[in-house]
Amino acid sequence: MRYACLALILTFLAGVSSALEVEDHRRYPGTGNEELHVISTADLEVFEPYLLAFQAARPDLTIDYTVASSAELHRAIRNGAVFDLALSSAMDLQFQLANDGYAQRHQSDRTLALPNWAKWRDLIFAFTAEPAVMVLSTERFAGLPVPTTRQELVGVLRQHPDVFEGAIGTYDVRESGLGYLFATQEARSTDAYWRLSEVMGRLDPQLYCCSGQMIDDVTEGKLALAYNVLGSYAADRLARASGGKVQVLSMQDFGNVMLRTALIPSNATNPDAAGLMIDMLIDLGLRSTPENWPLPPLNQVGIDHAAGFSQIRLGPALMVYLDPLNRRAFLSEWENAMVQK
Amino acid sequence: MTGTGSIGRKLTLLLAGVAALLSLLSWAMVNGLAKQAAERTQDNVLAASATTIAETLRSEQGEVRLELPYSAFSMLGAIGEDRVFYRVTAGEQMLTGYEDLPLPSDPPSQGQVVFDTAQFSGEAIRMASVSRVIFAGVQAVPVTVTMAQTRNGVSAITSDLSQLAAFLSVMFFLVAVAMSAFAAQTSLKPLNEIAAAVARRGPSDLRPLRREAPTELAPLMTSLNRLMDRLGQSIRRSEDFIAEAAHRVRTPLATVRAQAEVALRTTDDDAEKQRLRRIIRAVDESSRSAGQLLDHATVAYRAEDLSRHPTDLADIARKTVDGLEPTAAMKDIYIKLDTAPATVSGDAVLLENAFRNVLDNAIKYSPEDTTVTVRVFVENGYARAAVVDEGPGLGDGPAENLTERFRRGRNTEGIVGSGLGLTIASDVLRAHGGHLDLGQPTKGKGACVTLVLPSS
Ligand SMILES: Nc1ncnc2c1ncn2[C@@H]1O[C@H](COP(=O)(O)OP(=O)(O)OP(=O)(O)O)[C@@H](O)[C@H]1O
Ligand SMILES: [Mg+2]
Repeated sequence: MRYACLALILTFLAGVSSALEVEDHRRYPGTGNEELHVISTADLEVFEPYLLAFQAARPDLTIDYTVASSAELHRAIRNGAVFDLALSSAMDLQFQLANDGYAQRHQSDRTLALPNWAKWRDLIFAFTAEPAVMVLSTERFAGLPVPTTRQELVGVLRQHPDVFEGAIGTYDVRESGLGYLFATQEARSTDAYWRLSEVMGRLDPQLYCCSGQMIDDVTEGKLALAYNVLGSYAADRLARASGGKVQVLSMQDFGNVMLRTALIPSNATNPDAAGLMIDMLIDLGLRSTPENWPLPPLNQVGIDHAAGFSQIRLGPALMVYLDPLNRRAFLSEWENAMVQK
Repeated sequence: MTGTGSIGRKLTLLLAGVAALLSLLSWAMVNGLAKQAAERTQDNVLAASATTIAETLRSEQGEVRLELPYSAFSMLGAIGEDRVFYRVTAGEQMLTGYEDLPLPSDPPSQGQVVFDTAQFSGEAIRMASVSRVIFAGVQAVPVTVTMAQTRNGVSAITSDLSQLAAFLSVMFFLVAVAMSAFAAQTSLKPLNEIAAAVARRGPSDLRPLRREAPTELAPLMTSLNRLMDRLGQSIRRSEDFIAEAAHRVRTPLATVRAQAEVALRTTDDDAEKQRLRRIIRAVDESSRSAGQLLDHATVAYRAEDLSRHPTDLADIARKTVDGLEPTAAMKDIYIKLDTAPATVSGDAVLLENAFRNVLDNAIKYSPEDTTVTVRVFVENGYARAAVVDEGPGLGDGPAENLTERFRRGRNTEGIVGSGLGLTIASDVLRAHGGHLDLGQPTKGKGACVTLVLPSS
């Protein structure tokens, strides 16, 4: 198997997070000495506008932004790394942190405005709703019917192995927390998932850690299609000139919608600033106009719902697939299907 | 009268107290039941969850295997936003879950769910444990599945219900108080009605009360009626007695007077004549008193059960003037009559008696050769019969005192009288809802005595 996550920057920070595998890191110095340490799974290019907006409101604050994978983030908080705010796309891992007592309460008029499905115990707050989509290369799909359901996708893949051999990208669920979440939720919701994995596994799929790289590879024509990509990233990159080389597709039979969540770790040193940042993110999450932000708001969930999208619920059921026994069982089944040798 | 507080208020307070007690009791009961129900719900869900997991237990290649079903966890989200912990152990060995989750205090026996409460991760938790024996290879391993959950959902439901119950209890209490007040008022209504009926009665109305009354009030009514009956009887007896007495006094007095007059005419001795005149005067005085006493008794008796008929005051005045004209003529007093029809409803005999006493006074106390003016007219809904004389007037003191029994003025030297005339007149008018007006004429000296009665 091949890993495409080559751009991984391995940085070792001093102190508690010595064991932390950091993908990216940036400091936004403020005028005062107060600091806000954020750990997040969102790439800088996606999230920088939010940080700048927050700093515009609080110019005195120095923002320290660390990007890590969702699994790394989870591990870091569990091991007591000191951050004021943890933003992650892996709802299950975030939920487990809150359930196990690693998060602290935050309440404000913004959190009260948040609908009940978008928060849990005032510990964890959703601020985006991002669907999982399929991205395909128009060039390599030329002449082929565009599938709208998994059933049709399985058909297209079976009939044209020549086109798709080595040209399907999807998450390596062993690596990516979000990929694991998408896969488990999909396996739970539709029996087409295993059939599709079986078919993909026979076509030598490329396994990725992150949505960004998958989309880039589709744009460059290295991949014919990327399955289970974060729709928000895809739309964002599409907007940035792919010149019609890429098409974003959502499956009509079923689609996952992930909630990006924020929590304040229990050992945060500046929970007040973190609370303010959460309030700003909730505000943006509740906006009714699209506006020019990289990540979509929460309220599109309703619209997506009509098209067979199902939002992953924040609740104890998220912990089921995190159980080591269940994870081992799921991964072995997944490997059997995907990594056929 | 001594006051011991209102029965109505006491009754209301008592009933309200009972209602408050019941409200409190029902609130406490609902509270307890709600808590129990919520806890039982959580226990059931936890038990179902643990049992669902236990059902997936199996042995594979000599090892205990299980998977956590999605539903086992999703059902735990149903009660509320509670934190979830779990642990699965096979014998002494921990299979999966939270290692430091406390053990149930008594280990569950095969297939039975055991509940326990404990403290974990800084919060109170409820645990359900279920045990199953799995044959791993040749060995029987007891596997225990424990599901635990914090109790926020339960307390949220309980406090919600408790609040609702409190609200309902307060409402119940308020309604009960309103109803108690109403009940107290309704049950006291007959009593108040009887009291009002008694109060409405004239001072001498002693007829028995005839009205519907609840059984509880029947004794009161009976004794009240008996009392009034006795009172009436004793009044009637004394009236009879007075009438009888007056009669018995007057007859011999008339004889004495006749004898005295005969003696006066036959004697020439001046001193003797003087004595005889004094005797005649005293006899007149006594006779008058007896007559007035009889009239007074009659008035009191007839006023008790006043007959009311339309009567013209002008008629009465005319008749009375006719009757007293001879007396007036003896003193060369001219009675000037000026009447307009003035109908009142009442007892003609009593009204005539009253008017006669007033006119009698005017003639009696006026000097010779004067005029007494009688005017009957209606004014502001009141019929008036005014008698104006040119005599000495009613004196300086408060004129109302003259209506007291046996009260005579200072100007009565040598004038026969008993002091009951104005008393009788005043009593008659009061019995008719009117009054006697004692004053002076607008011009000149003299007295102006007016009978005032509501006209009909
Ligand atoms: N028209 C009047 N002029 C002057 N004094 C009067 C007149 N009418 C009543 N009085 C005074 O009021 C007193 C009370 O009057 P009342 O008629 O009650 O008693 P009486 O005339 O003395 O006795 P009788 O019972 O015989 O009428 C009289 O004694 C008298 O002093
Ligand atoms: Mg008189």
